[in-house]
Amino acid sequence: MVGRSLISASELGRDQYEYLFREASKFNKSRPLLGKIVGLAFFEPSTRTYLSFETAAKRLGASVIGFQSEASTSVAKGENLGDTVRMLSSYADLIVMRHKFDGAAKFASSLATVPVINAGDGKHEHPTQALVDLYSIWKKFGGIDGLVYGLLGDLKYSRTINSLLRALDKFQPKKVYLISPPQLRTRQEILEKLKLPYEEVSKVDEVVGELDVMYVTRIQRERFPDEFEYMKVRDSYRVDQRVVQSMKEGSVVMHPLPRVNEIDRRVDGDPRAYYFKQASLAVEIRMALLDWILGGQ
Amino acid sequence: MEGELIVRKIKDGTVIDHIPQGKALLLLRLIGITGAEGYRLAVVSNVESRKMGKKDIIKVEGKELMGYEVELIALVAPTVTINIVRNYEVIEKRKISPPRIVRRLLKCPNNSCITNNDPEATSEFQLINQTPLLLSCSFCETMLNGEQVVKQLLGE
Ligand SMILES: [Zn+2]
Repeated sequence: MVGRSLISASELGRDQYEYLFREASKFNKSRPLLGKIVGLAFFEPSTRTYLSFETAAKRLGASVIGFQSEASTSVAKGENLGDTVRMLSSYADLIVMRHKFDGAAKFASSLATVPVINAGDGKHEHPTQALVDLYSIWKKFGGIDGLVYGLLGDLKYSRTINSLLRALDKFQPKKVYLISPPQLRTRQEILEKLKLPYEEVSKVDEVVGELDVMYVTRIQRERFPDEFEYMKVRDSYRVDQRVVQSMKEGSVVMHPLPRVNEIDRRVDGDPRAYYFKQASLAVEIRMALLDWILGGQ
Repeated sequence: MEGELIVRKIKDGTVIDHIPQGKALLLLRLIGITGAEGYRLAVVSNVESRKMGKKDIIKVEGKELMGYEVELIALVAPTVTINIVRNYEVIEKRKISPPRIVRRLLKCPNNSCITNNDPEATSEFQLINQTPLLLSCSFCETMLNGEQVVKQLLGE
């Protein structure tokens, strides 16, 4: 992995995921990336992911340069993506990039002379979120195999779901339920490459009692090609106390955050609510990834 | 060759045979032959064929098709055979194999693909399946099928 880009969750094998989980859970190197510079190129704003990467880089001893959102850079004035990536790649040892267009990270990695980590490209992929998710599950259950997963929400436009499915596909989940209204089903190009056992269902009630992991996503208005389609589905699912109370003991509810209203806040106090813990694990797994790619000592 | 009944043999050039019925003009467009290049050109449509029922044939005098042009033809008509003619003799029958990567020629159907939104990001597709034709955008993975490819090439 040293020196390589990470564009899709499918690029890592099971051994590599597990290596990262182990590294993240016992990270004790002292500033292994001292003298390195990590460039954060967030063409689409995301305070949470930006800060998580910034913290991870700084904890490793690296310096951080970067920008967030189109408004804060000359990109808004017409400088193209390519020029920005070439410039950053001459300053930084690695680029972490988020962009609103599908495939932007792959395109950037074809121009950059340093590794590119995809921190979200449109509705395509978000592989480091999948790392955070699987790491959280690994921490809780001691492994990924043999569990029953329910992925709930917008499965059509969610890059997080795409990456999570591709990462899960490297393991042996017992079953993955894809729970969504019919209009928001996982896209065919993602589904047909999966080997894991999955089943598409419309209502969470049908399977809730079987789940070890319920993974909820929000509906993102900006990913919908038209407003009408968005209006039809925006309030189509909601996880409340009633739903969570019919889950098994020891199961977890996860969410990549931020949430809108798809998880009732009263669920937060339930022992199965795992999303804040999940968010807190983001820094250490991203540290393990940055350290791996940049070959820290 | 049945087409000889309509068009005489060519001296030097290329005969594209076994074209699925009605696809000859599409193939010409694909390899960028408009008729203005000065090649002596014959397009024979709806010829009887033992193998195919009806077929089209193209004869281009003075031009030997290049590898890339052959690949493009293979994309939409993998049944085709390409005969290179020199001095009235077929000196080579080119085997058709579709390109594994198709650059620039096609547009990604996904409006939010980077290739539709950045002037520097040119389209690129990978061949997933030959028959039926299926391509996948190298950037966003959106699929493009044979029908969509033909529609695009015809400018529809
Ligand atoms: Zn595309």
